[in-house]
Amino acid sequence: MSNISHHLNDQLLLGYASGNLPEAFNLVVATHLSLCDDCRARLESMDAVGGALLDDLPVAALADDSFERAMALIEAAPEVKPAPARPSCDVLPAPLTDYVGGGIGAVKWRAVGGGVKQAILPTSKDASVRLLSIPGGAAMPDHGHRGMELTLVLQGAFSDDDGRYGRGDIEIANEELEHTPIAEPGPDCICLAATDAPLRFTSLLPRLVQPFIKI
Amino acid sequence: MSQDRIEENADWVAAMARIRQSKDKAAFAAIYRHFGPRVKAFLMRSGADASLAEECMQDVMTTVWTKAHLFDPSRASVATWVFTIARNRKIDALRKQRRPEPEDVSWGPDHEPDQEDVVALQQESDALSRAVAALPEKQRALIEQAFYGDLSHSEIAEQTGLPLGTIKSRIRLALERLRRSVQ
Repeated sequence: MSNISHHLNDQLLLGYASGNLPEAFNLVVATHLSLCDDCRARLESMDAVGGALLDDLPVAALADDSFERAMALIEAAPEVKPAPARPSCDVLPAPLTDYVGGGIGAVKWRAVGGGVKQAILPTSKDASVRLLSIPGGAAMPDHGHRGMELTLVLQGAFSDDDGRYGRGDIEIANEELEHTPIAEPGPDCICLAATDAPLRFTSLLPRLVQPFIKI
Repeated sequence: MSQDRIEENADWVAAMARIRQSKDKAAFAAIYRHFGPRVKAFLMRSGADASLAEECMQDVMTTVWTKAHLFDPSRASVATWVFTIARNRKIDALRKQRRPEPEDVSWGPDHEPDQEDVVALQQESDALSRAVAALPEKQRALIEQAFYGDLSHSEIAEQTGLPLGTIKSRIRLALERLRRSVQ
């Protein structure tokens, strides 16, 4: 929990607090928050701004029988037992096991060349998110970016010009960044990567292939 | 004025405790009368018509009752906690998307936060409310726009200067105590 050195920025935290991010980005943010109490505290302080605004809103009139209907809903609802802890595994925090449908063993990987594997997770169409597995010591797919791209490390580590990224670290890349991250020797580097635009690979994968592998 | 607000915050915290401990309907009615009309207004500003907003607001307030045991007054005011439930309902009902949430960190039945931490957090919440209220009109309007859902995430990039004060370090401390206590 304490070794994270690359954090979420205010833009992403405010977007998450106000509910304005695409679902794919929300998933990356929620996963980082599961691993990082510093960002969780920042997020909850932004939630407090939402609370302050809510408390100050001019009120809307309620339906005449509003409270009675809500009480009827409560009485009709089955007794809520404390929810069982959401499953998580050593690699995937709970928000990810929700999307994968299990731990790291349940991921449906597809090879995309060079020993790299990916699994696209189902989200709304305004952005996409996938799990990536890169062999230790290998260069990650070399790409420039359009739009914004988030890469969160879940296992292993990678390095590029900006430093070293280990478990819990998040890289926030925009259009200016053209880089070649290298996975550290050792176990596969597993990342959660989201983008709000299609990636353009400049090597490793011919661009022609992109439509078929849905990147 | 601000002393009133702190007392009000403390009243809502006490009402939540009565809901959690003894399913106190009078305490819930008081919370409903205060927050229900604000949640409905929030949903209408975010694009819901009056009947959808009423329906979603009833869901939100029902969740306040059923999940009362998850409210942590050392990390949030009742207004903040209600806001997070309303925001999630908005994403679900208005944008038809799932809302991924971080792993839960909560006290569980056997522990609870220190009273001092609760008082300090409610004071911080009040200070934050005052700072937001004192913002220049233009900046406040931008922040409202973000929270009522009119800005995309790239438009949010333009804004800075949320008046967060020291609430973050309070929440961080509360999280540390929580982690230590439930381990």
